[in-house]
Amino acid sequence: MEDFVYFFSFQDPNVVFVVLGISFLSISAAMVGTFTFLDKKALIGDAISHAVLPGVCLAFTFTGTKNPYWIVVGAFATGALATYAISWVTEHTKLKEDTVIAAVLSVFFGVGIVFMTKLQQTGNAAISGLDHFLFGNAISIVGEDILVYGSLALLTIFTLLIFYKEFKLLIFNRDFAVSVGFPVKSLQFIFNSLMVLAVVTGIQAIGVVLMAGLLITPVAAARFWTDRLGAMLFIAVIFALVSGVAGAYISFVFPNMPTGPWVVVVLSLVAFASFSFSHKKGLITRWYAKRKYQEQIHSDHILKSLYNVLENGGKGISLMELKKDFPGKDAETERSIKRLINKAYLSSNKDFIELADAGLSEARRIIRLHRLWELYLTEYMNIAPDHVHDTAEKMEHILTPEIEAKLEAYLDFPSTDPHQSIIPRDES
Amino acid sequence: MSFDPNAFLIILTGALIAVSCGLLGVFLMLRKMAMTGDAISHAVLPGIVIAFLISGSREGFAMIIGAGLLGILATVLIEYLVARVKLQSDASIGITFTFLFAIGIILITVFANQVDLDQDCVLYGEIAYVPIDLWITTSGSNMGPRVMYLAILNLVLVVAFISLFFKELKLSTFDGQFAATMGFSTTAINYGLMGMVSYTTVSSFEAVGAILVVALLAVPPAIAYLWSKDLKKLLVLTLLIGVAVSFLGYYLAYAINSSIAGAMATVAGFFLAASIVAQRVRRVKESRGRISLSTEQQN
Repeated sequence: MEDFVYFFSFQDPNVVFVVLGISFLSISAAMVGTFTFLDKKALIGDAISHAVLPGVCLAFTFTGTKNPYWIVVGAFATGALATYAISWVTEHTKLKEDTVIAAVLSVFFGVGIVFMTKLQQTGNAAISGLDHFLFGNAISIVGEDILVYGSLALLTIFTLLIFYKEFKLLIFNRDFAVSVGFPVKSLQFIFNSLMVLAVVTGIQAIGVVLMAGLLITPVAAARFWTDRLGAMLFIAVIFALVSGVAGAYISFVFPNMPTGPWVVVVLSLVAFASFSFSHKKGLITRWYAKRKYQEQIHSDHILKSLYNVLENGGKGISLMELKKDFPGKDAETERSIKRLINKAYLSSNKDFIELADAGLSEARRIIRLHRLWELYLTEYMNIAPDHVHDTAEKMEHILTPEIEAKLEAYLDFPSTDPHQSIIPRDES
Repeated sequence: MSFDPNAFLIILTGALIAVSCGLLGVFLMLRKMAMTGDAISHAVLPGIVIAFLISGSREGFAMIIGAGLLGILATVLIEYLVARVKLQSDASIGITFTFLFAIGIILITVFANQVDLDQDCVLYGEIAYVPIDLWITTSGSNMGPRVMYLAILNLVLVVAFISLFFKELKLSTFDGQFAATMGFSTTAINYGLMGMVSYTTVSSFEAVGAILVVALLAVPPAIAYLWSKDLKKLLVLTLLIGVAVSFLGYYLAYAINSSIAGAMATVAGFFLAASIVAQRVRRVKESRGRISLSTEQQN
């Protein structure tokens, strides 16, 4: 708790720098990631992040120190080379893109590992900092690092915002962009550079192995909350920010803990929560809506059964009899009856069930929709009267009052359906 | 060059692993699942760590079962995200493996004292230890390098799997719908293949690590595919490339004194680049030949 207050009160200037640094790079990664995700190129980010390792190692080898400028240059060079290699090989050979990505990713990483094991033999003290590039350590970003990574992240963010409209067109309708004369190749080049840049700025904090998580996961989570690009960018940025700061905090409290894995775990939890609970597309939300709908249909059927009893001259029906209408659904039937009684649609006296006034009106409405639809199908669709029941059985739950009014007007307020049953209406 | 038994053991083990990975990799590539293989190789990490914590050693079947389960879990999770959550497949792969791999790294860091694994070993393994990591039976006799036996067992099982289910694998790879109508369970074959990939990854883990195993899964089949499209030829070529990669990788690492697994990936990458260049040159020559032919005809 003490750590928590210390960290989040920002009294330590180092903490401020670390939080600022990780915020900038989370924002730039999430923004670039949004575009790559929508372009279905999410895994190229993974390849780039593995491919910067040889560049980082080369920068170490030549300068012998952890100089952020040279590291950025080296990382950018090999990252860009990998990006170019992927698109060139995919275009010019019969290899499929996923194979090319996997091959480029692992070969570049392998070369990086060769350089790294060479470096470790030199016994250079600065090499200890190299480990941070594998799994990331936000706390290791100090002094000049912040300046370099922060300004690169800002550069990425602003360039993306400047070319927002162009990139949007590139992703959603490339052919149109070509036909209206956009410089598509140059734009693609700028975008690829931004993609590499976003990875490069993230490597020291998140690490080359898990950088892909910061590019993909917040965006996938955001996709479940909106269909609009602008909103998606914003939500992805928020998710990435929260996870980035959480990861930095954990590294701050446990200095041996790499930052990357924690950022990714927090992000993944956010994503899984989004997949489950998002208002429109969430799994649990969808499941709940489906269940609600099924309950609604079952209640409708119970009301219809009771209305049939009335039509045949009865007053009500015992619970036992009612259950017989829905074989194998005893539990659902009981639950629906309970709900209908609570809504005052039904009254129950010693398990003898009758329609209350409100229930009668609702039952009439459902029966009316059923019979109106049957009539509509026979009159206007020329379907034989003995073929219309099944469709009407579905439509009775769906038809809205507006469509009902239209049907009534269309059919001129008919009194009977094709089977000569009376179409019930509330007396008014 | 005199015969060096240690070098021989390392190259042999490397070749066994490269061949096992490559043979499975051919099917992954043809099914456009190369990145799923990449995901599985990352995702087995938490399984390895948990099995290590429970069983207390690298030996034994706990590790293989733990990692096998995680590999299958990763496959299930990816397919669940695609089919039920309706997320696009590249993002499903990316989320699944980064999440599981992150958990693995966190577990390793938290249990650093109990687990004889470190982050470096995860990345590139250490095949150079093969000759000194011996399998000593309970009676005390020395049976030779332990990892080599694991690799032999692995290759035997991979070859058995492929030859037993060759027809099913082939059919479900090239025409899944037809395979389904013929009554093969494409799902079972798919999970079988993913299970074998997970098992192979774990078995190769100590030697080449969780990430470089991807180089052996993806690159030799890719090279072979540039030269042939026939499934049997692909498998044979991949086998040869796997052996060559292990052999040359060892000597490259020996020459520049670096990680052997990294050198193997580097050699594989070099072969891939060389094959692509050779193919380009051949095609350019062919098209030139065609042009000169057509000009001759005009004359």
